[in-house]
Amino acid sequence: MEQPDKTPILQTLGISKKFGAVLALQDVDFEVYAGEVVGLVGDNGAGKSTLVKVISGVHEADSGEIFFEGRHVKITQPRDSTDLGIETVYQDLALCDNLDVVGNLFIGRESTNFSIPRLKGISWLDETAMEKRAISLLKELHVPIPSVRNVIASMSGGQRQSVAVARSVMWNSKVVLLDEPTAALGVEQTRQVVNLILKLKERNLGVVVISHNLEEIFGFTDRVIVLRLGRRTATFNTKTTRPEQVVAAITGVE
Amino acid sequence: MTKFLNNSKVWVSGYIHSIESSDLSSFAVFGGLVIIGIIFQIANRNFLTPLNLANLMAQISAIGILSVGIVLVLLIGEIDLSVGAVSGATAAILAVLATTYRVPSLLAILIAILVGFLIGVSHGYFVAKIHVPSFIVTLAGLLVWQGVQLLVLGNTGTINLRDPLIISIANTLIPPWLGWLIAIVAVLVVIYSTFRGRRRREQAGLSLQPMSMVVSRLLLISLGILIGVGIMNIDRNRLAQGEPIQGVPSAVLIFIGFVVVFDIITRYTVFGRHIYTVGGNIEAARRASINVDSVRIWVFALCSAIAACGGIVFASRLIAVNYGSGGGDVLLNAIAAAVIGGTSLFGGRGSTWSALLGALIIGSINNGMDLLSFPSSVKYIVTGLVLLLAVILDSISREQRKRAGKA
Repeated sequence: MEQPDKTPILQTLGISKKFGAVLALQDVDFEVYAGEVVGLVGDNGAGKSTLVKVISGVHEADSGEIFFEGRHVKITQPRDSTDLGIETVYQDLALCDNLDVVGNLFIGRESTNFSIPRLKGISWLDETAMEKRAISLLKELHVPIPSVRNVIASMSGGQRQSVAVARSVMWNSKVVLLDEPTAALGVEQTRQVVNLILKLKERNLGVVVISHNLEEIFGFTDRVIVLRLGRRTATFNTKTTRPEQVVAAITGVE
Repeated sequence: MTKFLNNSKVWVSGYIHSIESSDLSSFAVFGGLVIIGIIFQIANRNFLTPLNLANLMAQISAIGILSVGIVLVLLIGEIDLSVGAVSGATAAILAVLATTYRVPSLLAILIAILVGFLIGVSHGYFVAKIHVPSFIVTLAGLLVWQGVQLLVLGNTGTINLRDPLIISIANTLIPPWLGWLIAIVAVLVVIYSTFRGRRRREQAGLSLQPMSMVVSRLLLISLGILIGVGIMNIDRNRLAQGEPIQGVPSAVLIFIGFVVVFDIITRYTVFGRHIYTVGGNIEAARRASINVDSVRIWVFALCSAIAACGGIVFASRLIAVNYGSGGGDVLLNAIAAAVIGGTSLFGGRGSTWSALLGALIIGSINNGMDLLSFPSSVKYIVTGLVLLLAVILDSISREQRKRAGKA
């Protein structure tokens, strides 16, 4: 559990985002501490995915500020976010069906032999190094994948999700954002992914999980932050709250 | 022993699984080629003769080169309908520079290829930055570059090429000793790199393919290369007198060269990996900070530059450039070859070897039907049906993969 006087590893102040006439986010303050799992909940259209996309650089906020490890930072594109050590696992997983597990784990960050400094494009792929790293990471995280050379297209939903989550810890990440990681999964697969998320917590990462499933959220989060119609309406400490209180906050019934 | 069996099991089941879910088309294509060979040989015993095979290979080389460029574009999930027109227009530029303006032929060739490259950059720019669908951009390109070709050729219409360098591009036979040398070097390189890669994996503690699989694969490849060169090194002069005609046609070597070079680029370099990534899931590529605009523009640029090279080979074969250069069946055959050879229309799947395989299939069908004196009508219908079959197989593979993914 975090101490009130510790600095959050990631914090947003007053984030607003408009899409045309729709106010997706209004003045949202948000924080997550290292070594905690925060659930981000809210009804459809509450702004959860948008907030995650602002933090991950897919969208740029109209106003507001972002702080990382206490420093003010500017995030305008995905690279800014990943450079800081913020990794995101999107709802659609952002996996390539035509690549194998190794290929997917290293998208955009392929290991190379013989690289020419300015011409990274014609660098030689170092498949051996990538495969070795992939295998050891998946083993560390206890992710059961029969062969890292299997093409993603032939894998089950749970395995694909595990690969996507594993990818988020490959790169010295400090914060991981997961958008509905268990939405399409069965019971066993959900358990697998939740275990993986708890492993991230063990590694002292700050973890944010968006979910619709309150029962599940109560199973592995430390705090729950509620968004409603683009605003942050409530914060709960999971251990000292009853699910009904959270539901009331989500739907706005007081 | 158990370890060997277990290793084999994992590898073989993985291989079989990959066949089930995605390589159905490749096997079918290769099988198709074998069947075509058998059918035509039965129908006309001149089909599998060295003379006919060498002619066949030379005939498909220029289109095959264009097809390599098409493969690149298909891999990123786009299409380029302008390759025929670009090949003709750049060949026209080459011809005018070399003959009318007496530009040294090597310089003229480089300029023509550069023009092709820049044409491709313009296509890529409209697709990537202005978000015009590639179908439309390259369709417009087809018309525009065709017009440019007519403009460049002017009223005369035909320009005969006289420069020895340009003529030699597609009209030289590689002397047998050199052909053998290249073949042996190629075989040695393949064997060396296979074992070097294997050693690296061993040192990294990764699983290894069973040696039997490695050896049989290497044997097949080596035999293929040596037999291929061997057939073309046999004297195919049918006349009682005259010099022996033997050696690999230069156009064939150039074609295979393009296939190999771009295969290496797409499968072993970061750029190549990015091509497959963009073709597989462009949004994922974007979120991983891959410069997708740059990848797309480069691919279109390369495709058109390669088309220029193909146009130069065409011109060399004809020893002339005319209004019809790059027109007619060229575009359709180039695209059909890539697709028949196994590159998916939907992006992300395929390799430059499809260009070779597909060109061989289309070329064999055409050649075989010529030997049987079939009219063009039949050739068109058959080729069209084969193309349809190839796309159907591609679609079926795709459905299988999707279903397997949902398991």
